[in-house]
Amino acid sequence: MTSPPHGKDEIPEVSCAQDREQLARGVAEEAIQRGASAAEVLVDEGRDFSAVVRLGAVEKLVQVSSRRLGMRVFHGTRCAISSTSDFAPAALHRLVRDTCDMARATGADPAAGLPPVELYARDLPELQVCFPAAGRLPAEEKIAFARACEEAALKYDPRINNSEGAGFADSVTSVTYANSIGVCRSYDKSVCSLYAAPLAELDGLKQRAYWLTTHPDLGQLQSPQQVGAEAARRVLRRLGARRVATCTVPVVFDPLTAGAVLKRLADALSGTALVRQASFLTGKLGSQVASPLVTVYDDALLPGGLASRPFDAEGVPSQTTTVICDGVLESYLLDSYSARKLALRSTANSNRPLHGAPCAGPSNFYLKAGTATPDEIIATVRNGLYVTELIGFGVSIVSGNFSQGAAGLWIEGGHLAFPVEEITIAGNLKDMLTSVEAVGNDLLALGEVFAPTLLIGKMVISGS
Amino acid sequence: MTSGKAEPGNIFADRFGITERDLDRLLSVALSRGGDYADMYLEYRTRDMLALEEGVLKSATKNTFQGVGVRVVVGERTGHASADSLEMSEMLPAATAASAIAFDAGPVPPTLPVARRRSVHNLYPVLHPLADCELAPKFLLLEEANREARAYDPRIVEVRVVLANEVKHVQVYSSEGAAAADVQPLTVLQVSCIAGKEGERQIGIKGGGGRVGLEFFELKSPSYFARNAARQAVLLLDAAEAPAGPMPVVLGPGWPGVLLHEAVGHGLEADFNRKNLSAFAGRIGQRVASDLCSVVDDGTLPNRRGSLNVDDEGNLTGRTVLIENGILRGYMHDTLSARLTGAAPTGNGRRESYANLPMPRMTNTFLLPGASSPEEIVRSVDRGLYAVDFGGGQVDITNGKFVFSASEAYLIEGGRVTAPVKGATLIGNGPEVLTRVTMVGDDLAMDEGLGTCSKDGQNVAIGVGTPTLKISEITVGGTRK
Repeated sequence: MTSPPHGKDEIPEVSCAQDREQLARGVAEEAIQRGASAAEVLVDEGRDFSAVVRLGAVEKLVQVSSRRLGMRVFHGTRCAISSTSDFAPAALHRLVRDTCDMARATGADPAAGLPPVELYARDLPELQVCFPAAGRLPAEEKIAFARACEEAALKYDPRINNSEGAGFADSVTSVTYANSIGVCRSYDKSVCSLYAAPLAELDGLKQRAYWLTTHPDLGQLQSPQQVGAEAARRVLRRLGARRVATCTVPVVFDPLTAGAVLKRLADALSGTALVRQASFLTGKLGSQVASPLVTVYDDALLPGGLASRPFDAEGVPSQTTTVICDGVLESYLLDSYSARKLALRSTANSNRPLHGAPCAGPSNFYLKAGTATPDEIIATVRNGLYVTELIGFGVSIVSGNFSQGAAGLWIEGGHLAFPVEEITIAGNLKDMLTSVEAVGNDLLALGEVFAPTLLIGKMVISGS
Repeated sequence: MTSGKAEPGNIFADRFGITERDLDRLLSVALSRGGDYADMYLEYRTRDMLALEEGVLKSATKNTFQGVGVRVVVGERTGHASADSLEMSEMLPAATAASAIAFDAGPVPPTLPVARRRSVHNLYPVLHPLADCELAPKFLLLEEANREARAYDPRIVEVRVVLANEVKHVQVYSSEGAAAADVQPLTVLQVSCIAGKEGERQIGIKGGGGRVGLEFFELKSPSYFARNAARQAVLLLDAAEAPAGPMPVVLGPGWPGVLLHEAVGHGLEADFNRKNLSAFAGRIGQRVASDLCSVVDDGTLPNRRGSLNVDDEGNLTGRTVLIENGILRGYMHDTLSARLTGAAPTGNGRRESYANLPMPRMTNTFLLPGASSPEEIVRSVDRGLYAVDFGGGQVDITNGKFVFSASEAYLIEGGRVTAPVKGATLIGNGPEVLTRVTMVGDDLAMDEGLGTCSKDGQNVAIGVGTPTLKISEITVGGTRK
């Protein structure tokens, strides 16, 4: 096969940090000249590449070149937000003018403004978040990774007879922040990932599963063979799934589903939700919200973390925050606005999707590992559910109400007995947190929010 | 632009100076290594948003998106490259990068067509576009919603009102002659109310919109959405725990049609079926629903959120019969699935933006009305659930299992709607659930215009609809046995 010439030489280089900093500072200064009292500018520039292979053949090669400039402009305590991918000088002048006009028209909010200057006093942490290896890899080697990954899944067992595909993706993003009080800083970050999504069939009924490895550093990814084999194991154990009768039992969440539950906890701890009165954890700072086995960190400085960064979307230097310590809620996730509203200090948790408004949210957010192995935890359950898949949107961070579609394996006498599906598990996040009865030792950074195996004492399973 | 009327070539020629000669040149570069098909998708989109919180206009937001996606197809392979730019100097490298997919194709690129198809519908004429509107009338809408929601009940502790409007200019230019351009307005007003009582909190969210202008709110006022959101939040404060287990469920008209979107809609998107990934693969002509059920996907309903004059591949949108009297009739196609399976495109090729690949996606998906009155449907249930509003849903298209989560539901006891219950997820099996539809109402309604569908990480605006219907048994995921 001829190699696809997706070589690096054809790709226009991302502009250098110096150019972006000059652009960002210039736009912030122009806002001040137009009458703004304060302004900040964030510039993102990135390049993504992905290759998808299906049943051994290349299915998709996708390249994305992206750039976006976002600004937040203050007129006293009035605020407006804008963004654009049009960097032509005339377009930027027009946007600065429009944004300043919009800021004058909004209502006064005493909590609005740039972060207090003392938050910038700390030195930026030394942190390696960009690993250039993946960017240098020729496209054919990326395709070979994906192909090897899918092949490992397809060869694992004859019941695996189809594939949604396997893919390799990598990206490098350059981030620059500048504001009108003289803060100006940049970093580059990388991420790569490899996944397989095989299908298996038994008695005419199909099942699908996937497994993914992702890391800032190509060298730290699991091997294609490991990823393919894990995806294969996950799909095979779903074959022959049945329903179980409605009951109340202990539930063990595997790391993937425990991470999904923890994500909702992170959402409920977001300062943005809290100031809108939209969280079941409103007013709970300092109180016991979880079992003493639960300790949770938000750590933007985590070596190799997918969300690691030297500063947040307001340019505030990153930190490690103990969010829950032995079940006691010690900190929310705050940006400067929610911190001011709640009379607290920013935890450098401003996340800004450049097409939206800044909001407070997690960086690397994880539940501290315990000591038991997953098998030891399962062995303590006489009759219960081991959850490996959650679907749906039946979780409210306002009320804590939790009702999700689930699939997994039924536990009988401390062993995984048979696969189950088309059931729901329900409870309330408040009760789920306080009834964590075991925490596994199998913590692995599967995403930005991650958790080890968790045992929750009692939930309602709705089935046949 | 003062209306949604499509004027081919407009903004891309006028503001960015892109001529058809430029587009032909980009296509030639895209196909320079060979390939069966190539297209370009040019997009210029502005999105404005106002948010009122704590009674104050907290922020005004303005976003501009522009760029091009160049695609080359060779057999089942697709190469795609995008750039956040409409300058030739940045579009040409994208075309070159996309061409790389044809690494082993024949040396002879297809010749470009002379005749070009430009026709589009005109489904969303807009009288008063929000994009041209001063701040004052928009602010009045927000204030009205805020006032009404707060006045509804003293237990309403917070109200957030968001008014968002976008105008998306697109042009599709393909090696097979598509040259469609469209201007797609999209407006949404959303009211979120938080109710609180003794440390408990609940949320009610209502809103609506579509490919409409300011005139939409004369028929559906901000007060209407605000009162409903407040009512729902307060109702949930006093709601009982939802029941657990299988039982008869009656769905109210309108947005509960999200059942169709999850249970059958995604499973009938042709990409999944072409690759034999869907539980519905190979089942055309077979019974997948009771004979009371006919389901269509229709992208041509005037002013609807899920409607399009032309899909994102330049094909005219249409009305596709998916299920007719219980029999599976067809799938929803994009250009690629139509080409590879020998079917005609159905106008369902959609993409979130120029940076994403098009896929078969739904537009407005709904169940056609039946003969029963809503009252007799409820009367026919001895013990069950009456669900009138839902949050989101999700489906595993491979095994067919789907969920959708009720945000407003009541018990039915002895043929009467009684106590409200807290939100619960309903779970079922797509190829089975519609065979259990035993009554269909005569009250078809479409949703209010808030729906967004996510597939493979891409979000697009959709609509759903249904008349009142009865499912003889589905599992309700509450906590009360």
